Amino acid sequence: MNYLNTLLFGYYPYIAMSVFIIGSIARYDRDQYSWRTGSSQFLRAKELRLGSNLFHIGILLLFVGHLFGLLTPPAVYHGLGLSSSAKQILAVVAGGIFGGICAKGIYLLIRRRLTDARIRATSSRMDIFILLLIGVQLALGLLTLPISLYHSDGANMVLLSEWAQRIVTFRSGAADQISNVGTLFKLHLFLGMTLFLVFPFSRLVHVWSVPIGYITRPYQVVRRR
Amino acid sequence: MTYLSGTNLDREAGSKGTPPRKRSRNIRAQIGMVLNLDKCIGCHTCSITCKNVWTSREGVEYAWFNNVETKPGIGFPNQWENQQKWNGGWVRKINGKIEPRQGGKLKSLRNIFANPDLPEIDDYYEPFDFDYSHLQTASESKAPPTARPRSLITGERMEKIESGPNWEEILGTEFKSRSRDVNFEQIQKDMYGEFENTFMMYLPRLCEHCLNPTCVAACPSGSIYKREEDGIVLIDQDKCRGWRMCVSACPYKKIYYNWETGKSEKCTFCYPRIEAGEPTVCSETCVGRIRYLGVLLYDADRIEAAASCENEQDLYSQQLDIFLDPNDEDVIAEARAAGIPASWLTAAQESPVYKMAMDWKVAFPLHPEFRTLPMVWYVPPLSPIQAAAEHDQIGMDGDIPDVRSLRIPVRYLANLLTAGKEEPIVLALQRMLAMRSFMRGKTVDNEVNTAVLDRVDLTQLQVEEMYRYMAIANYEDRFVIPTSHREYASSTFDAYGEQGGCGFSFGSGCSTGSSETNLFGGNKKPQRSGGIPIKIPIKVETLK
Repeated sequence: MNYLNTLLFGYYPYIAMSVFIIGSIARYDRDQYSWRTGSSQFLRAKELRLGSNLFHIGILLLFVGHLFGLLTPPAVYHGLGLSSSAKQILAVVAGGIFGGICAKGIYLLIRRRLTDARIRATSSRMDIFILLLIGVQLALGLLTLPISLYHSDGANMVLLSEWAQRIVTFRSGAADQISNVGTLFKLHLFLGMTLFLVFPFSRLVHVWSVPIGYITRPYQVVRRR
Repeated sequence: MTYLSGTNLDREAGSKGTPPRKRSRNIRAQIGMVLNLDKCIGCHTCSITCKNVWTSREGVEYAWFNNVETKPGIGFPNQWENQQKWNGGWVRKINGKIEPRQGGKLKSLRNIFANPDLPEIDDYYEPFDFDYSHLQTASESKAPPTARPRSLITGERMEKIESGPNWEEILGTEFKSRSRDVNFEQIQKDMYGEFENTFMMYLPRLCEHCLNPTCVAACPSGSIYKREEDGIVLIDQDKCRGWRMCVSACPYKKIYYNWETGKSEKCTFCYPRIEAGEPTVCSETCVGRIRYLGVLLYDADRIEAAASCENEQDLYSQQLDIFLDPNDEDVIAEARAAGIPASWLTAAQESPVYKMAMDWKVAFPLHPEFRTLPMVWYVPPLSPIQAAAEHDQIGMDGDIPDVRSLRIPVRYLANLLTAGKEEPIVLALQRMLAMRSFMRGKTVDNEVNTAVLDRVDLTQLQVEEMYRYMAIANYEDRFVIPTSHREYASSTFDAYGEQGGCGFSFGSGCSTGSSETNLFGGNKKPQRSGGIPIKIPIKVETLK
């Protein structure tokens, strides 16, 4: 069991991150024609407008929450006067709200993708897979909320963030940190890393292309040959 | 100046403080088009040849880079001209600046997850094909077999076809529906629903390759661009990310979202043909010989000011002011200094587009009030004179009938072509009538009547040239297209320079790195060197 733990939480993160980065670069270099959002709004706008907005806003907030929640060293938030248990409550409340928004959105998106004939017929297997993967991942995340509320001392959360920080700073013993964390959390971690693994092979690559440059660009673009 | 990216900005810097006599200009050339609606017979040959060349592929079955509408009508897609509904084009703000009507940059980004102004495919039509094979494979029956329609998106049976690319052909559908045409503005339109007063005209439409395109301005990825050397507006298919803001931003609804590839596509002005000095496919195949292609020189520094002018009705004259006289010595010298080849300047002097738009003032931009400064212009159509039986249609004394008695209301044409300003349309129609009258006198009655020309302020030389271009319309007169110059197409993309080379690679030699299998999903698009996917026009015969 310990071997599996080391494989999944000691090595798998690096495999997933490598595929995520190298795969994204390779696709950008080799196959930009396939690099797009893959929007289906044009075929059926009904339910997409609400669903897509809720989903995107929810998941972006969740992403930022996870990023700061996991990677902020305890010394930093303790220094700001935030105890581990208070941070956990903050995480549960924020995660609950954002997760709820996201869940409503992805429910609409999944329902429409599976039941609308036009959307179903034009979906690739990866389109459906990635949506369901995010849906399951979101459900797992929401299921951890009551557990976290029950253990409000924040010890579990400290272990998880210690794992994440050791992983991104290439320190040893990351997997050992979470060997005793609940299965639900481990599943959530595993699917989270899997999302990074499949990222370059799905429509998710459009995340890289957030058009912030548009704000400073002149309206008109003229190209000289 | 922050409005235009790209070139010749250094020239502008020098303009400050210099005397007005030597005003700095940013001269560029564009191949423009004029369509003589007076001669359009509505045969749709342009649409079909365009379709066969460019959009007979999965994902763009519904897309018509060129389509022909019967006016009055709501057009294709539904009510495309109604910007209250679609929010296309530009809007002038209180501070005098213009921004896309659907919203500026921040609002666009806010709407990026779902574009509230995006049309749905049903606003065009659900693409369909017929079960033709059933005609051959059906078993023997009392009734003859029929080929029923099937959706090209889902592959499912369509019980009823609700809409099509030319649903209003020759005043199809009831007047109540067609009368939603916004060009009826300020017209007592009810009488035109009556059989005795009804009127119609054809309007072939394609991308306007605007000087101030909203699609370019609205593209968050910056993938749409205007080519400096010939003004053609293109979408970089590799850079397009499918944010779909261009589809709603274009007031002519001439950007089409390919639902199969997730990228936007548009009329390319047949740039491979233009570069080789050949007319676009729609122009080449036009049986009515209504299309003209020619070079226009313009001052790019004046685009923003012209597009921002306060009164919509001035947009037409403002756009005329941007165009430069190709026979002017200063213009020629500056154009040469700006790198425009001599052959392009010769072509500009011969340009039928310049003659019709600038010299004779018989061609007009389509809906200038969208503030995009379109570059595909239209000659308004003449129409039968009301109660023509009472008069000789055009008197032999050279008198021109009142154009307000033409069957198509002048106001309707003005709403279409000059933001409602009637005087320029009246003059154009009068000049065309005068041309007819004069040439009839000359060829039929052997009588040179210049009195009729004086009334419309034309010389005999001018009107004979007008006749040559507009009535005879020889191929060489209609299409004056200079070929692309090699020295012009130097640095970034040069097909000759790339011949046998392999460009940038990851150390894999000249391997393209492409194989039959594609890790990233979907079918691998065939590639040619330069990385531009080849679009193989194959009609999908078998259904999913």
